[in-house]
Amino acid sequence: MGTVESSPSVRASRCRAARFARTFACVLAVTLPGACRQADAARSGVTLAGSTSVQPFAERWAEEYTGGLVTVQSGGSTAGIKAVHDGTAQVGMSSRALHPEERTGLVETVVAYDAVAVIVHATNPVSSLSIAQLRAIYAGQLRFWSEVGGPHRPITVITREEGSGTRETFEHKVMGTSRIRTDALVTAYQGGLRKMVAEDRDAIGYLSLSRVTAGTKPLALDGIVPSESSVARAAYPLSRPFLFLTRGTPGDATAAFLRYVTSTAGQALAREEGLVPIMTAAP
Amino acid sequence: MRLPERVIERMLLAAALSSVAGLTLIALYIAREGLPVVFDAGVGTFLASGTWAPTRGEYGLLPMIAGSAVLTVGALALGLPLGLGCAITLAELAPPRVRAILKPTIELLAGIPSVVYGFIGMEVLVPVIRDTPWLGGPGYSVLAASIVLAVMVLPTVIGISIDAIEAVPRTYREGARALGATQWQTITGVVLPAARSGIVAAAILGMGRAVGETMAVIMVAGNAVQLPGSLLDPVRTLTTNIALEMGYASGAHAQALFATGIVLFVIIMALNALAGLARGQVRERLRVTPDSRSGAAPKRKRRERVVPDARGPMPPLAGA
Amino acid sequence: MAPHPPASAATGETSSTAAARLMHRVAITLLWSGTIGTVGILVFMVLFVFVRGLPHVTPHFLLGAPERAGAAGGIFPTIVATLYVTAIGVFVATPLGVGAAIHLAEYTREGRLTRLIRSGTESLAGIPSIIFGLFGFAFFVTQLGLGWSMLSGGLTLALMILPTIIRTSEEALKAVPREYREVAQSLGASKWQAIVRAVLPSASPGILTGVILGVGRAVSETAALIFTMGVALRVPTSLFDSGRSMSVHFYTLTMEGISDTMAYATASVLVVTILVINSAAYALLAHVTRQHRA
Repeated sequence: MGTVESSPSVRASRCRAARFARTFACVLAVTLPGACRQADAARSGVTLAGSTSVQPFAERWAEEYTGGLVTVQSGGSTAGIKAVHDGTAQVGMSSRALHPEERTGLVETVVAYDAVAVIVHATNPVSSLSIAQLRAIYAGQLRFWSEVGGPHRPITVITREEGSGTRETFEHKVMGTSRIRTDALVTAYQGGLRKMVAEDRDAIGYLSLSRVTAGTKPLALDGIVPSESSVARAAYPLSRPFLFLTRGTPGDATAAFLRYVTSTAGQALAREEGLVPIMTAAP
Repeated sequence: MRLPERVIERMLLAAALSSVAGLTLIALYIAREGLPVVFDAGVGTFLASGTWAPTRGEYGLLPMIAGSAVLTVGALALGLPLGLGCAITLAELAPPRVRAILKPTIELLAGIPSVVYGFIGMEVLVPVIRDTPWLGGPGYSVLAASIVLAVMVLPTVIGISIDAIEAVPRTYREGARALGATQWQTITGVVLPAARSGIVAAAILGMGRAVGETMAVIMVAGNAVQLPGSLLDPVRTLTTNIALEMGYASGAHAQALFATGIVLFVIIMALNALAGLARGQVRERLRVTPDSRSGAAPKRKRRERVVPDARGPMPPLAGA
Repeated sequence: MAPHPPASAATGETSSTAAARLMHRVAITLLWSGTIGTVGILVFMVLFVFVRGLPHVTPHFLLGAPERAGAAGGIFPTIVATLYVTAIGVFVATPLGVGAAIHLAEYTREGRLTRLIRSGTESLAGIPSIIFGLFGFAFFVTQLGLGWSMLSGGLTLALMILPTIIRTSEEALKAVPREYREVAQSLGASKWQAIVRAVLPSASPGILTGVILGVGRAVSETAALIFTMGVALRVPTSLFDSGRSMSVHFYTLTMEGISDTMAYATASVLVVTILVINSAAYALLAHVTRQHRA
């Protein structure tokens, strides 16, 4: 076996261990200096947190904004409101109107308008529903497409998860006191919801109008088709404001970013992404 | 830096206690965040109510508990026979060279992340179920989730079952063959009964894996808050309940999700304890039998037993 | 629990023997089909992902930044984030885990304390990752105020891979023959010196296996990281930066239906990484086993 110190297997494994340690140290040496640059660097930028409906647009604005570092987190409208109250984020994003008790101390800036579109599969013959029918479908009282003018097939109802601002808008404006049926499919992602509807010809769901793509089509509600003009005119029943919330007087970096978002350039980007810009909305 | 031996010993002890400390911390924090809501709503209501409407202040976990139970049963119903079959094939029937290829292949491929499993389930399995005439439904269902979970649980079941089967002493088989039994009779009559406690351990660990799985289930189960009535119904589990709503929840809603975590934690600990009992029996068997397959085998088997647990999709009970 | 050989085999009747042989053949066929089927499913899954994904894994994909929230471009920030958070996890868990293993293997006898430690480790190993996510969020992100960051994610990961490292390291240490320690100590080394200079080097391939397995676990981790590391799509440059790991990015791409091609490509990178990591661990393990059998 030889002596402990010089046996080849010991040497070989020590070589291996040393090599591993060296690579490790190299990797860390590359990344750790950044760590020493630490928290202040990360926090000197503007942080947005809140609604996942607003998040993709906030990220686009952040991408195009050249005035500094903007970080976007999700968490949901409610969490975003809380974050800006706590100071964890400089800007809270909300896809729903604030409750009275949430308003205290916060400044609401409308950055765009959005519509909650109700979508079905592109080949679905139904293209219009009344709010009452929509409510009945989601409550489980109407269960077949034939009851609203379509083929005799069971309706696959898809909804967002509890806590979602989009779901809250839908429940508030469509469901009222009725509850969404418990066997509805639930997803936490509006992109996923769109995909589910695009792949199932019996499906119905709701999501931001800006996210409707080929494969699905938005329904007219009470005769009104969701579009930039019907939302701007407040004619479409399911429109909602996208809000950026700040507490007290915003810092310079935050104020500059807000100015960009509400500027012509920022709003042009909003329209490009499918939102309704604030300028075209009725005063 | 020369530290006195005693200091080093203390430091090592501290390191050793880190896992216990971590576990305690986890239990403490989950309990601290979740218990208030449980007591507010009442433990009975919390566990037995069928209505989960947190934005209205209604917290009832029954559909999710049922969902977890149903999917676990489904996963085991599919995964246990198949896994056991593979284990028998690899341990008893396969020539060494074939085994040397197939066993690592299974274990290697088992390291695939659960999100990829879920993705494939979403892209392939769900449409197939939805479009098959005699199945139907939305596709996102108990069936889809059970199949995906069964595939994920297979490597765990196979690995541990193989160990259990190989631990059965050669003399048992030789005795049976000497009496004229076919290989199949030997397997079913002698080997499997002897390996029973190990196979039970495999099943329990598979169960733990299925109960703890989150990502793959979210992608294929449909997440409806209802007691599943058929294989084709969408379903929600304790784990997916947390993952689905955690992103948005705050206040009492978030606490309710932590409370879901408490229930999950308790169930996993119970399964852990059961698995530990079953595995204890396996170790007993190993130590007691003097005439196992070869002289060097016990040592190798002991190491092989522990390390497969630590490999690939392991540790066995955790999902991702 | 001594099992009995099947009674029917002792009678030697012709018809039951023929029936038994038929049964045997049927069973064997079923078993082999099941096994081939299982391997087939697993191979199919990997190929399914590779066929649709690998063609899109270009150097630009690996080194470029994501565009339009991931619908185009590359996944470089996610690769960096994955490496960063995994490094933190391994950096924290390895000393702790190896230290724990040394304690268990070298410094104690089986007793109440070791049983407590072992059951603690086993239990920790079995906790689902969503619970780690909840805990990491409540403790690291909120209580300690670290926010969604590499640090929060890395510390959570460390807890998750700790049991793996403890287990494999302990086995590796136990496999080192006793003579190593005895010879070292007879040459004048203290117990600790003997461990560091004689036992650890010999055990290091085994320990390394555990670390590699931990890395594999960290790379596949999704649920825990979403709630502790956040989902920011930038290259993380500091411990307190949020970031998005590869698997979290893949999950987001999939669930949001952002882009199928990007999803498949990311999945391919993920699967290749895991396969490489697991193969390395397996090869190392085989080497260790061979070494000790010799």
